[in-house]
Amino acid sequence: MSEYLIRGANILGGGAGDIAIRDGRIVDPELLTAGGGAEVIDAEGLIALPGLVDMHTHLREPGKEDAETVLTGSQSAAAGGFTCVHAMANTAPVADTAGVVEQVHRLGREAGYTEVVPIGAVTIGLEGKQLAELGAMARSAARVRVFSDDGICVWDPLLMRRALEYVKTFDGVIAQHAQEPRLTEGAQMNEGVVSAELGLPGWPAVAEESIIARDVLLAEHVGSRLHICHVSTAGSVDIVRWAKSRGVQVTAEVTPHHLMLTDELVRTFDPVYKVNPPLRTDADVQALREALADGTIDVIGTDHAPHTAEHKCSEWTAAAMGMVGMETALPIVVEAMADHDFDHGDLARVMSQTPARITGASGHGSLEIGASANIVLIDPNAPHRIVPGEHATKGRNNPFAGLEVSTRITDTFFYGHRVLADGRLTTPHPAGASWTDQ
Amino acid sequence: MKHLLDTASLSRAEAISLLDIAEEMALVSAREVKKLPVLRGRTVVNLFFEDSTRTRLSFEAAAKRLSADVLNFSAKGSSVSKGESLQDTVQTISAMGADALVVRHSGSGTPHRLAHTGWIDVPVINAGDGTHEHPTQALLDAFTLRRALGGFPASGAVKDGPRGQGLDGAKVAIVGDILHSRVARSNVHLLARLGAEVHLIAPPTLLPWGVETWPVTLHYDFDEALHQVDFAALMMLRVQHERMHESFFPNEREYSRLWGLSAARLARLPRETFIMHPGPMNRGFEISAAAADSDRTLILDQVENGVSVRMAVLYRLLTGQEDHNE
Amino acid sequence: MTQRTVLDAADLQRALTRIAHEIIEANKGTENLVLLGIPRRGTPLARRLARQIATIDGHPERADELVGSLDITMYRDDLRSGAYRAPEPTTIPAAGVDSKTVVLVDDVLYSGRTIRAALDALSDIGRPAKVRLAVLVDRGHRELPIRADHVGKNLPTSSSERVNVSLAETDGTDAVTISGGRE
Repeated sequence: MSEYLIRGANILGGGAGDIAIRDGRIVDPELLTAGGGAEVIDAEGLIALPGLVDMHTHLREPGKEDAETVLTGSQSAAAGGFTCVHAMANTAPVADTAGVVEQVHRLGREAGYTEVVPIGAVTIGLEGKQLAELGAMARSAARVRVFSDDGICVWDPLLMRRALEYVKTFDGVIAQHAQEPRLTEGAQMNEGVVSAELGLPGWPAVAEESIIARDVLLAEHVGSRLHICHVSTAGSVDIVRWAKSRGVQVTAEVTPHHLMLTDELVRTFDPVYKVNPPLRTDADVQALREALADGTIDVIGTDHAPHTAEHKCSEWTAAAMGMVGMETALPIVVEAMADHDFDHGDLARVMSQTPARITGASGHGSLEIGASANIVLIDPNAPHRIVPGEHATKGRNNPFAGLEVSTRITDTFFYGHRVLADGRLTTPHPAGASWTDQ
Repeated sequence: MKHLLDTASLSRAEAISLLDIAEEMALVSAREVKKLPVLRGRTVVNLFFEDSTRTRLSFEAAAKRLSADVLNFSAKGSSVSKGESLQDTVQTISAMGADALVVRHSGSGTPHRLAHTGWIDVPVINAGDGTHEHPTQALLDAFTLRRALGGFPASGAVKDGPRGQGLDGAKVAIVGDILHSRVARSNVHLLARLGAEVHLIAPPTLLPWGVETWPVTLHYDFDEALHQVDFAALMMLRVQHERMHESFFPNEREYSRLWGLSAARLARLPRETFIMHPGPMNRGFEISAAAADSDRTLILDQVENGVSVRMAVLYRLLTGQEDHNE
Repeated sequence: MTQRTVLDAADLQRALTRIAHEIIEANKGTENLVLLGIPRRGTPLARRLARQIATIDGHPERADELVGSLDITMYRDDLRSGAYRAPEPTTIPAAGVDSKTVVLVDDVLYSGRTIRAALDALSDIGRPAKVRLAVLVDRGHRELPIRADHVGKNLPTSSSERVNVSLAETDGTDAVTISGGRE
């Protein structure tokens, strides 16, 4: 297997240094094979971060392979600097059995561009009626630790309580899609001044906040871990902050698009801006940025949701909800947090270390010697415009088309294999399906 | 002006100009030869994804009086119900040689989307989209009101009509289901732009969240509003019966008692208050028969003026080059 | 840019007076006579002619019954290609135009296209017995087989020149000037 010497990278933004890679691990540069067997990468001006971990993606396979496959999703992840992505359960069939999660897990290993970790459904068929076989999924080859009905809220409070309790068996975590269903029937966009004018049925902030409030109280009561997906409102931030101050084991996630875009964009009626939870107001965006900077929000999750053109090239009300985001996540977060005290160490914390810790993705989040060589190099001074047509994902529903960003992802090392080199995808990891076993 | 998608982006001058052209069109409609050669050889397509015979007929009459050919496309029984995409539908129709699209759709924003996707390059006229806007209805309401408040016959040909005028200072109340009404939204923007003082009277459940930011005065209590303000006109909105099953109000009886234009409320109105309704009416629910049939209603005038106003809109959008310098 | 005056206020008034007399003579009186001005400047010209004709006829108070305004905007042959034009009001005297002698009044006769449009507009309003044409200035360069019955001044021009008619009602002063053209 190849050896690499990454020379002169600014490690975590904390100072220049060399990183050596051998046999899929980060090693002391002294240990590289004598005689120059290692490929030297001049990384001067680049910043090295631990490979990014995404707690929230939709890879669409099985079932909607025309929108994305595990392979194209994995390539998109690698291009975005992600060495580990979690694939949500709302596939067809739903990932609610050991069989389906193992299939997704295996497809990820065959693809070989990133570590694909399936998320199991909380309830059978995402129907919110009966617990899925959480234990079987946890004990399967996929080793599922995160469970979510994402796309649909686990609305039944008793079922939510049981799920929170049950996953303690294997230190699992429930990732809640907080959306009170009755308050959001037919909802098309954020309920606010813009929806009032456009006459589009509103999705009120309280529909998210009321579920989060309930669930942090439940998590406190049963002493379980709770993760809140895609927090989108200032009120949600307040509730999470309050819960953390009481010692509730809650973690919260925000998407790059909720840090950057507002519901004013809906005035265009372009469905590329249609997403769930919906784009909120500028006050919400400011509160989310603040919360990410002060640690109230723990992680970035992309909620990467590719759709085929026919589901987006339609009228607003008929269009599917969702945006792609893995390939633009890091540059967008950098732009969104530009005015905050938020350095590259913080970026590594919210996009790699903390999501790795929450999900138990042990091979990720560290640049220490001895750690698995999951590394991303970024160029912080590479201004360019976002062109969705050039992305590896099949989804073209990227809301940032045309936006100029300063940061480019240049290289991704996935268990020691350079899957992205100078911004171009290379080859899958050569170890086939067994790279983590070494 | 390339499209007519809403009244929110219509300037006062543009609105008054459209109303003035409509005055000319009303004169034409009173002639023996009720036709103008303006759109000879051009095709107007009525693209109705949602049924509305009244609005479609009004647009059809308007286009025909301007000598246009009219194609009617109704989504019912068409390939749209078989899953054809909006893009394919519109491009197919465009390939048949449409010079303008009149679009009615149940989803807010669809005409706006058609105007801005690049699928087609012809003027788009919004004939009602979801609960967003219905700009020609608001224009015909303003036309009717401008006539009535100026002391002119509310419809028909008037030689020296109120050209150049707005509705400055007129106190107009819109009553009923504001939340679900595209007519209300279009009227709020247009009436305010024309200088009217707009009041909304509705139960809080039927007002949109954030309505406080609109240029209006809000009233929950109909009787109190009538007591406080001498309205120049009341625009009653249609309330759909289904709303009570969605808990917007307890039942029809209570709605009617609190927000309906009953015979008793009619009797308390000043003599000169006009009554309007975009139709179709639910007699005995939001409006009593006494009110609907009283001599102060402008309801049939509204219908008649609809043709003149739509002729004006077609004329405005289909003649002249936008980029012509002169 | 050079500009020379072809008719001053007094000349313009004299020309109108002559046309007024011609119209009465051609019509053998004022019976069944209707003057329709073509907006914009034909309208005030028609009103002035009507006043003079009614005065000559001994009934100055009946001037308003003789005159109207015929907008031709919606009958133009360049509606699609030209700039957008808002239509002007059309007003027809109460007695209508059927079986009348209608005199169309315009400021400048040039290509003839305006008059062609006016004839179409008129035929949609009614069926006059006769239609005549009175213009303040005929500058030539006809593109259609149309000629005026009453002309204030024949003004040979080059097509690169511009004939400007100012009227007190619309422009503050009465004058006809020529500008532009090759020196």
